[in-house]
Amino acid sequence: MSLTTTASKIDRLAQLTARTETASGASLWREAMRRMRASKMAIIGAVIIAGFVLLAVIGPWIAPYSPTDQTWRGEVFSNRGEFVGARAENWFGLDHLGRDLFSRMLVGARQTLLVGVVSMLIGLLIGAFVGIVSGAAVTLGGKTGRRIDDAIMRVTDILLALPSLLLAVSVAAVMGQSLTTVMIAVGVVQIPVFARLLRGSMLAQGGSDYVLAARSLGIRKRRIVLTQILPNSLSPVIVQATLSLATAIIEAAALSYLGLGNPDPAVPEWGVMLSAAQRFFDNEPMMSMYPAVGIVITALGFTLLGEAMREALDPKLRG
Amino acid sequence: MSLLELDGVKVHFPVKKGILFDRTVGHVYAVDGISLKVEAGQTYGLVGESGCGKTTLGRAVLRLVDVTDGSVVLDGTDVAKLPEKELRSFRRRLQMVFQDPLGSLNPRQNIESILSEGMAAHGIGANQEERRERIREILAKVGLPANALSRYPHEFSGGQRQRIGIARALVLEPDLIICDEPVSALDVSIQAQVINLLEELQESMGLTYLVIAHDLAVVRHISDVIGVMYLGSLVEEAPSDSLYEEPLHPYTRALMSAVPVPDPEVEERRERILLHGDLPSPANPPAGCRFHTRCPWAQPKCSEERPELTDAGGGHKVACHFTREIQDGTLTPAGSDAVVIPAQAEAPAEETAKEPEPAAPESGEAAESGDTSATASEDVSEDVSEDVSEDK
Repeated sequence: MSLTTTASKIDRLAQLTARTETASGASLWREAMRRMRASKMAIIGAVIIAGFVLLAVIGPWIAPYSPTDQTWRGEVFSNRGEFVGARAENWFGLDHLGRDLFSRMLVGARQTLLVGVVSMLIGLLIGAFVGIVSGAAVTLGGKTGRRIDDAIMRVTDILLALPSLLLAVSVAAVMGQSLTTVMIAVGVVQIPVFARLLRGSMLAQGGSDYVLAARSLGIRKRRIVLTQILPNSLSPVIVQATLSLATAIIEAAALSYLGLGNPDPAVPEWGVMLSAAQRFFDNEPMMSMYPAVGIVITALGFTLLGEAMREALDPKLRG
Repeated sequence: MSLLELDGVKVHFPVKKGILFDRTVGHVYAVDGISLKVEAGQTYGLVGESGCGKTTLGRAVLRLVDVTDGSVVLDGTDVAKLPEKELRSFRRRLQMVFQDPLGSLNPRQNIESILSEGMAAHGIGANQEERRERIREILAKVGLPANALSRYPHEFSGGQRQRIGIARALVLEPDLIICDEPVSALDVSIQAQVINLLEELQESMGLTYLVIAHDLAVVRHISDVIGVMYLGSLVEEAPSDSLYEEPLHPYTRALMSAVPVPDPEVEERRERILLHGDLPSPANPPAGCRFHTRCPWAQPKCSEERPELTDAGGGHKVACHFTREIQDGTLTPAGSDAVVIPAQAEAPAEETAKEPEPAAPESGEAAESGDTSATASEDVSEDVSEDVSEDK
């Protein structure tokens, strides 16, 4: 078969396929989005997260009462074990100081989201930066690069070896009690995770054939790292970011629960609320149930979305 | 002068141990002293089993791995000693087609970006529009539709991906293209298409190839000169027809005899050499002739002295101490490491169809094998080449 007839056949085939497909090809990201839309897990996760974010944004305006005013102070006597549960006036009942729990939940969502997002971003940005430096050093730098990478990785190993909550507690203890402290503490815990993940991913991509091909094309190493290796290494990091939002919220709640969170108890935050309610768990279990369930559902939403993203971005599962 | 000349190329990988301070505890002798010449416009085929160092050699030519010793001279320039900066611009002249068509294409780049990146790096084409025009030409040459430009590698079939890989090498107008197992990842029907495409491109563009493969039929079909590698060194090098008609080195003979023959009668009668044992570790290669541990004709001298690649007449080079003795049958295969099943022209079919027996054959029969082997392997190669041409 001669080349020209082959070529014309191929062109004909291309014309036929062009009718059913769009002219431009589907990039991996677009295809991942398509798979995400088809996944139940992703949809449930996205709906939960969307609801949570919506609450965090509009919560303070739709809250029926002030979250800080002890309006029903006279009805709650925590020392005598007298509490007010759910009723028509207060949907979730009152807390131990006579404040409306429903309003506090709505307003607290914002704080919780803020803590989760900010601490995740701290971990992601610093961690990704460290990871890129380390990964690029190995790929580019020969012997010196490997030394730099070794030094960075030993430090992250030390951080990883500490139990995450213990590390967060130490950071919080050193920096004093505030919401910022909680964010930083929880974020610091995530740094080595992101750094290791991105470095490992870059190393794995660095050994692949297309990197070799790019080198043989005569493309600069720095350009290879930035345009070839890095974009291909990002998907596990994106998944980890989603998953770590869930852990960040839980860890921030844990820190608040341990009394290292926001020192101003008037500002509602789900972790602080859970911590406060725990003292009265015997008399009024519902009081701790609302923030606890809130945290669990939110974390679940992020986890579901993260898992769905992992599946959508995994090239081995591409069909 | 030849386009590419390799002289005593060695690639040794250090084996390191230690937690804090790396200690070199040994070397893997992946490529251990290879000299060969590739003439412009020709195809040099490099064959050998997995782990013999043929891929490493290909990468050494491009200096994707560092050359420990020796020189890689392309058109007067020693690639092995080129400084990093000059090497980058020099790489335009040396391109590579990879074994894994999907793995060698960045999944997040579309075809236009993949093909134009190298051009941009070497300043080919003044702007993107010019480059796109050039890419369209090349795409047509390799048989891809023009609308492939905006598509991504995963949207193509295996054969098309390999065509993209070939196009990527071609856009830079290289002097030499190294094809590392260009078809072994493809279906048999697609293999023939890609092989034929490579041949057509060679004719129309005057390309020079260094083809690395383990498939003897593929290599025979495409090559002018073939080198056989074993454990990091060349054991035989000859014009392709001469090699297939009369393999001289015991290893080459074993390789040739492993190719099955479609004709059952010939298949039963032909000589077969079965090698026992595995390829020795390249980290600890045997002394003397690298092949003596598995060679049925091995003599005491073989384990002591390493044979040089010497011309046995007509440009047919072989690295064996006993080429002539084996050929005229004065040296007979011995030992239980390998088995030679001699060609038995007169034997009844029922008996020869049996599985080879591990015992060494009688010396009388083996002496006979020297005479008949040439015809037997000629049959082999004839049938193999027919096989390929049917696929066209």
